[in-house]
Amino acid sequence: MTEALVEMKNISHSFGRAGVLHDVSLTINPGSYTVLLGPSGSGKTTLLSILGGFLVPRKGSVLIRGQNCTAMPPARRPTATVFQDYALFPHMSVGNNVGFGLRMKGVIKKERDRLAHEALLIVGLSEAFRKKPHQLSGGQRQRVALARALVIKPAVLLLDEPLGALDLKLRRQMQDELKTIQKQVGTAFVHVTHDQEEAMALADHCVVMNQGRIEDEGPPERVYARPATRFTAAFMGESTLIPGEVASVTGNAILVNTAFGSFPLIAAADQGAQVTLAIRPEHLRLIRDSRSVTFGSAQVTAVIFQGSFKRVLAESASRVGFMFIARIPAEHDVAVGDTVTPCCHIEDLIMLAK
Amino acid sequence: MRGFMRLFSVSYALAVYGFIFLPVVVLVVFSLQSTAFPIPPFTGPSSRWYEAVLNDPRLIAALLNSLAVATVSSITAVALGFLSAWGFARFALPGSAFLRALITLPLTVSYLIIGMGLLVIFNMAGLPKNLFAAGIGHVVINLPLCFAIIYSQMGDHQINIERAARDLGATEWKVLLLVTLPMMWPAIFASLFLSMTFSWDEFVISFLLTRFDTTLPVEIWNLLRSGLNPKTNAVGSLVFAVSVVFAIILELILLRRRPA
Amino acid sequence: MLVTPALLWTLLFFVAPFVAMALLSLNFQAEGGMTVSNYSQFFTNPSYYRAMINSLQVTGLVTVISVLLAYPFAWILAEQIPPRLQRLALLLAILPFWTSYVVRSYSWLLVLAQNGVVNDALLRTGLVTEPLQLANTRAATIIGFVHFFVMLLTLTIFASLKQLNPSYRKAAADLGAGPIRTFLYVILPLTLPGVVVGAFLTFVLAIGDYITPQILGGNNELLMPQLIMMQIGRRGDFPLASALALILMAVVTVAYIACARWLKIERT
Repeated sequence: MTEALVEMKNISHSFGRAGVLHDVSLTINPGSYTVLLGPSGSGKTTLLSILGGFLVPRKGSVLIRGQNCTAMPPARRPTATVFQDYALFPHMSVGNNVGFGLRMKGVIKKERDRLAHEALLIVGLSEAFRKKPHQLSGGQRQRVALARALVIKPAVLLLDEPLGALDLKLRRQMQDELKTIQKQVGTAFVHVTHDQEEAMALADHCVVMNQGRIEDEGPPERVYARPATRFTAAFMGESTLIPGEVASVTGNAILVNTAFGSFPLIAAADQGAQVTLAIRPEHLRLIRDSRSVTFGSAQVTAVIFQGSFKRVLAESASRVGFMFIARIPAEHDVAVGDTVTPCCHIEDLIMLAK
Repeated sequence: MRGFMRLFSVSYALAVYGFIFLPVVVLVVFSLQSTAFPIPPFTGPSSRWYEAVLNDPRLIAALLNSLAVATVSSITAVALGFLSAWGFARFALPGSAFLRALITLPLTVSYLIIGMGLLVIFNMAGLPKNLFAAGIGHVVINLPLCFAIIYSQMGDHQINIERAARDLGATEWKVLLLVTLPMMWPAIFASLFLSMTFSWDEFVISFLLTRFDTTLPVEIWNLLRSGLNPKTNAVGSLVFAVSVVFAIILELILLRRRPA
Repeated sequence: MLVTPALLWTLLFFVAPFVAMALLSLNFQAEGGMTVSNYSQFFTNPSYYRAMINSLQVTGLVTVISVLLAYPFAWILAEQIPPRLQRLALLLAILPFWTSYVVRSYSWLLVLAQNGVVNDALLRTGLVTEPLQLANTRAATIIGFVHFFVMLLTLTIFASLKQLNPSYRKAAADLGAGPIRTFLYVILPLTLPGVVVGAFLTFVLAIGDYITPQILGGNNELLMPQLIMMQIGRRGDFPLASALALILMAVVTVAYIACARWLKIERT
């Protein structure tokens, strides 16, 4: 079992009287790509700042490589940060920007330039060495910022919403590159974002945060398919949420009563507990097959074309106002006003505690 | 290290503040001198010199002259600056960049030279030296400032809103009165305030272009001829007090307007 | 048209005077013929070009001293004072701006006079046995100028420091720079353009100022504005005065070009 690279234990922090982080604990393993995902105000950026040394937490400790770094200033910490606005020094050339951290370490000019060239090669910008930041595009500046952080070989690289300022196509491209570079260099990355698609594309380990707490964490496939909490389910993508009550419990087999019928699931729950059943839109079908459980009938109220798929909203016939959300292949023919049978395979029902 | 930094910062800041306030403190303190010389020892406090100022008809006249010149010249400068800024912003004029630079040029020239130039052509034209002439000079120095400030606020944002107004049926006049002027109000106010401040305190041009009726700074200068005199202290302190009060009122107005 | 009044005013009351002064300075005669005697007078008469040398020396000193005094002060205001108090501290620092310029110079005369506050304090503490000649000297002129321009430069340098992106500081720290190296390698170079603009402003305003040298400098040494004023007032020699004024303008223009060049180089 490899020793954890970073251990954040029981971190609590507040600005003034507003609590921002409540008893958060997180472990980062060597070589991993961790993504902190959450809406604004979830505390993800604050957690990153604490890890980077820009904030000292009110409570809790930060251990990097076993050493207590909680109160250590950023200059002495083995972390490097890629800032949201890149923060490239405008009066220095790209080469000198990248070599800045090395200069602070006392590396001589020749060696600095050599290492800077190497780092720029990794990010694909070797010809930009002599240029000034204002001569580069947003995407190019982002890569320089990355090179500047990588060249000092930090224990962990921190990225604060690095792709926010880029357009969609560039963002996708940069996501691919970030993943590749991380694998190539082997440094642990901790990446903050509010974009769940970005998180799923990049993370080995996805940490969903909300209001200063960790809601769920794990491999993105698991967090998406079987979210632990209602918040996680909603944040990771829109789902149809059906409230229900646990009618009976036999070991791991439970029966959940809902407005659309009773459904057997394999899960741990107490008799009488209030739960929510979630169905991902791509699992919600509109035509039943032999393995489906059904939820009554519904009338289609909207069909939204999205390129490779259609997003269909259908209002339940038995429960007025309840909307089923489905994602169907673009070629399927569905029109507003059609009557459909919302259903899914029983194994696609996700039970959420609350 | 941090403690030493603190100590150095505090002592340095105090020393500089001391240097900055020294003449002002001396001015105000010795305006309350009861004897005839504004030098140590301090024999006060007495209000006799303030009374002397308020009873001096020349000083009072000069003060009113300063106010009049400042007001009229500033309004003129703002009006001209506004009209030309609007013109340049709304219409694409040939040689626009050059003309704009021309209007802003006087900012870079010493007041002494501007005043001198005006004196030369006024002499040639046989025009007399008086407050009106000084006023013209003040407009020359303030026009570029007003123009620059107002023009910098007339961005594309401005033009789009005017277009919207016109699209909704407003005539040119209405656009100007109901849309442009209210929107530009902060810039207009700022340039008016700055012009009045510069005009009120301006010495060289007024000195060169007035003869009998003159402005307050010139009158104070004349007082200096009679050597060190607490009366000068008193008038200086009064001017200072009025300016500070004015600035405070302005701060309060600005603070009120700014959303918290 | 809207623009015409402003243009007319500028042409009539700004451009025309310049043309007139230029012609006067060249002793332009209606029948034709110009001379450069006024200009050659300047270059040959020691008491004339001496004034320019004095002006350059005094203004140079004033600019350097003011920048050196103002930068640490602005830095302290921007960095060491708690944010809530900064506005107030800055306002206090520039408060004496609101005394009339003439009054401000007069106040320094009071302070530096033979029987003024400074000499009084020096005598009382026994540091000197006789009052020093402080007023009516070049030093007094410099002090008077520095007082004004320290306030001005504090304002501009403070603004320059405040509008610096805080991310730069964080990035420098993150890459291992302590406070001193962050200042030397990041903050100072990035605020330098603001300092240069402020210094240029100081130079231009000081070299064209008549009031401060006249009140504080005494008559032992003349600066250019005083020389010019002397030609207008006492001698009524407008052609010479015009020539001197245009020479002064030329110096300012050279400074402007140098400054603009430097700033442009900084950008690339």
